[in-house]
Amino acid sequence: MESFGQNIFLVHPEITLAVGAMLLLMIGVFRGDGALKLLSWIAVAVYGVAAVFVTILPADRLTAFNDLFVTDGTARFLKLVIYTASAISSVIAIAYLQRRNINRFEYPILIMLATTGMSMMVSANDLITLYVSLELQSLALYVLASIHRDNAKSTEAGLKYFVLGALSSGLLLYGCSLVYGFAGTTNFEGLRTVLHATLEQPPVIGVLFGMIFVIVGIAFKISAVPFHMWTPDVYEGSPTPVTAFLASAPKVAAMGLMLRVLFDAFGGLSEQWRQIIMILSALSMGLGAVAALGQTDIKRLLAYSSIGHIGYALIGVAVGNHESISAVLIYLVIYMFTTLASFLCVLAMQRNGDQIEDMSELGGLAVRQPKLALAFTLILFSLAGVPPLMGFWAKFYIFKSAIEFGGLPMTLLAVWGVLTSVIATAYYLRIIKIMWFDKSSQDFDKPDYLVNDVLLTATTLFVSPLGWIFLGPLQAAAMLAARALIGSA
Amino acid sequence: MIQTIVFLPLLAAIIAGLFGRALGVRFSQLITTGAVGIAALLSWIIFTQFLSGTTPYTVTISNWITSGSLSLNWALKVDTLTAVMLVVVNSVSSLVHLYSIGYMSEDPHQQRFFSYLSLFTFAMLMLVTADNLVQMFFGWEGVGLASYLLIGFWYYKPSANAAALKAFVVNRVGDFGYSLGIFAIFLVFGSVQFSVIFANAPHMAGKSFEFLGLHVDIMTAICLLLFVGAMGKSAQLGLHTWLPDAMEGPTPVSALIHAATMVTAGVFMLARCSPLFEQAPAALDVVCVVGALTAFFAATVGTSQTDIKRVIAYSTCSQLGYMFFALGVGAYGAAIFHLFTHAFFKALLFLGAGSVIHAMHHEQDMRHYGALRKSIPITFITMLIGTIAITGVPPFAGFYSKDTILEAAFMAHSQVGYFAYGLGAIAATLTSFYSWRLMFLTFFGEARWATSKHIQHAVHDDHHGHDAHDGTAGYHPHESPWVMLIPLILLAIGAAAAGFVFHTHFVGEARAEFWRAAIHPTKHDVLNDIEGIPLFWKWLPTAGMVFGLLMALNSYIWNRAVPKQFTDTFSMMYKFFLNKWYFDELYSVLFIKPALWLGRLFWSADKNIIDGVGPDGVAALVQLTAKRSKLIQTGYVYHYAFATLIGVIALLSWAWPHAGKAIGN
Repeated sequence: MESFGQNIFLVHPEITLAVGAMLLLMIGVFRGDGALKLLSWIAVAVYGVAAVFVTILPADRLTAFNDLFVTDGTARFLKLVIYTASAISSVIAIAYLQRRNINRFEYPILIMLATTGMSMMVSANDLITLYVSLELQSLALYVLASIHRDNAKSTEAGLKYFVLGALSSGLLLYGCSLVYGFAGTTNFEGLRTVLHATLEQPPVIGVLFGMIFVIVGIAFKISAVPFHMWTPDVYEGSPTPVTAFLASAPKVAAMGLMLRVLFDAFGGLSEQWRQIIMILSALSMGLGAVAALGQTDIKRLLAYSSIGHIGYALIGVAVGNHESISAVLIYLVIYMFTTLASFLCVLAMQRNGDQIEDMSELGGLAVRQPKLALAFTLILFSLAGVPPLMGFWAKFYIFKSAIEFGGLPMTLLAVWGVLTSVIATAYYLRIIKIMWFDKSSQDFDKPDYLVNDVLLTATTLFVSPLGWIFLGPLQAAAMLAARALIGSA
Repeated sequence: MIQTIVFLPLLAAIIAGLFGRALGVRFSQLITTGAVGIAALLSWIIFTQFLSGTTPYTVTISNWITSGSLSLNWALKVDTLTAVMLVVVNSVSSLVHLYSIGYMSEDPHQQRFFSYLSLFTFAMLMLVTADNLVQMFFGWEGVGLASYLLIGFWYYKPSANAAALKAFVVNRVGDFGYSLGIFAIFLVFGSVQFSVIFANAPHMAGKSFEFLGLHVDIMTAICLLLFVGAMGKSAQLGLHTWLPDAMEGPTPVSALIHAATMVTAGVFMLARCSPLFEQAPAALDVVCVVGALTAFFAATVGTSQTDIKRVIAYSTCSQLGYMFFALGVGAYGAAIFHLFTHAFFKALLFLGAGSVIHAMHHEQDMRHYGALRKSIPITFITMLIGTIAITGVPPFAGFYSKDTILEAAFMAHSQVGYFAYGLGAIAATLTSFYSWRLMFLTFFGEARWATSKHIQHAVHDDHHGHDAHDGTAGYHPHESPWVMLIPLILLAIGAAAAGFVFHTHFVGEARAEFWRAAIHPTKHDVLNDIEGIPLFWKWLPTAGMVFGLLMALNSYIWNRAVPKQFTDTFSMMYKFFLNKWYFDELYSVLFIKPALWLGRLFWSADKNIIDGVGPDGVAALVQLTAKRSKLIQTGYVYHYAFATLIGVIALLSWAWPHAGKAIGN
């Protein structure tokens, strides 16, 4: 049994975030909405402190609070990614919120609360922790989606997200109760022991159905087809910075949770869940590619794009070996930066103070805002997976692991992935074509937010071929994290 | 030093090509000319080192390809052969760069032009310094690209575009042969490295493989494939049709690429691969016959052309034929010697022609020239030297190299050797005739400028032209600027002296120490025997040359009715020559029309069947799916919830059969 002091030490990052959120709340209460900018930057500092705590955590796998909570290489890796995404999401929103008079001081606080939840998600070692952390995250996100409460679309988005989220939470909880009822434990290690003991026989139906319900609950969060229906509407309706946040950190956290559940808890059922994940992956890639073709709204398009990308990442989950998990982790990092970069571009594309969301109005961007157009072009090419941009390497490692895994179904899945990438390239190219070749008489607003510009430049440089210099360290870190996850199983 | 020579032109090409617009015309001219000029000076230093007997060496730059057993480097091989080519390429290229500053001064795209010229120089240097076949192929394709770009430099002229395309396509045929040759060499020797191939070549002699039931000699097959590549690049009979059309490019380009350097790449390649060809006597015979036929064919056509540049182009073609039959009888040194001297006098003739064209306001038809020697005296004198050199008057350059070739062909004492000597001697007579014809039509006689549309335009635009009735139309040709004349003078010095100064090294007593291992010592070196040639056969070509000169004098100076009478009497033969032996028409019927027919057939099949089922069909399907999937996204929460539940049920139904019974029951 671990001491109370050790328990506390292991959850230092989460405690920092929780206390930080309350501190921000206090300052907000006294300083009012005008303090948004200050609060956002304090939030960045809090994420920084939490990240420092993460880095000084021991590298070994350690559990706390009677095995409810686990920290290992995977958790540390994902936490750092999530904090980065949250910090970026906090500051890129400032200008947007101020301009539209929705500069509520709660914004960075909600993000921080959601981040606390996500941080716990990737450390969950028990179905109870899983549910509590997921709800902590989700509740904050529902509010964020409808933070522009005077705007019908924003409130609609929040409401839809909430109602459907509640449904998925119900499914998840039902799954948890089934698993508990048939396996007799909610603890991941306990589940693993039980499932290993009965590895020779076909799985118990209650456990199997329970697992499916849990997977469905998480699949909703990562918006894998067919549990993706909320995604386009919520992405479109939410204020753009919120969409940027929704598309980055929570996706990473939910994928992390998926990895935890599948490998830590249900590792013994890998033959069963592998096929489910492959189906979800194939459907997500297909729909992500095809449905985006008909879109005119750039945020909806990016929503479908994110659905497709989750599909690619799921290939790596389905393969389930060291190489593929490290490929998934690399994919998540690159996806996170690329997505944030793409939304930074969307944020920067304004006309008379209004966000441009209809793609056809982007004509002439290359003439009037060549740097922005160039950045967006690079980012879109990276999303499409064009070498030598980073998006290519992300896909490359995934497909490579699938091909090396072998077997007809997995090979077909990889081929399907390549085919859908080709289709998906069509709509990325269409945006590029509009920006560079279509004419427009109307001018665009000059980008005037220094922080956003700096972040956009940095993220664009990361996805550009210059990102290669990060690829080596990233691979090494992802490999360590992958070993922590599978080595333990 | 060799790295500087090779990469300086590339650097200049990149700077002038990418930043030329920002840096300006003058800067682009200076940086490219300067870079190639420095390379030329360094080349002469290397050349003199080899004259005094430096050991050959190879500089490895980096690894290029490692794939299975194929491994090759970027490496610069420097031996005597390379040194000779370095001098030829860089000297002519730097003079052409200098000349172009004047010749192209009114062109709006000079940066592009100079960048291409330097790029060409780099590619040519890569070709001549290659230490393996693949790197040589890189340079080979690089010069092809530069040639294409420069022939089509005036891209707004349809004829220039067509000529560029033709050059490219015809060269593809040759390149196909060359690449097959490389594949075959890799298959047989397991390497593309010259040193490895040459060391193993003697072991392969006489071995054969079976193809379609025939026993084919390996070395003969390889050498013939390589020779097909050389035929394309060096415009030998059959694949020569692109060269005259290539004259659509600016004249300095014709001088550099289509006379002095690129077209001699085939000769260089065969000389480089001489250890291979020595093992394939049958292939050498083919080379000899094709070379002799080309020399004769091109000379006959040259006599009937009226465009000054085309005459020189056919002359080039003909001289290349000489080089090839020299290779064919094993006189590699003589072939390279002729390549060396030819570069000087042919570049000189082209640049001189350019100077004439410049003076005559872009008129290229010799029928509208005449009496120009007084207006442009320096051009006249330098071209006169060039003509004397090409026709082979002792002691000018052409005499040493061409006569050595003919003597070697005779002394080879083989059927193909005698055949080549015969055709070569006739071609020498014709060469003399058409070269002097060019000189007489251009510089002598009375002015016939008034009939030229170009001149009429020029005079008309000036408005101050008086009505002259002496055939000048009031036009006053001006000598070219010094920047164009200096290259002419330097080349004239080369044309006069190159043969006299260097013949002992290239083909004389010092040749063994000079060449060393750069070209394979033949089993039976014909150059040893040429001292013993009977005097009659030695001086026969020279007599033919004098005869050609007299014919030209008679036809174009003394009695100007002769050409008309001649063409009327022998109208069939005249038309045959004028229409270039109907090669273009023949190819049109044999290849182009069937190819177009086949292309149309495939095009319609592609459009209707492959596209319909493939790209178009799939695209339509994707579009349809996109529309459908948009319909599902209704926006109603209960639809979304429904979809989620359907998904859950589907997954559960799938899992049902996989489950066992519950524990404990």
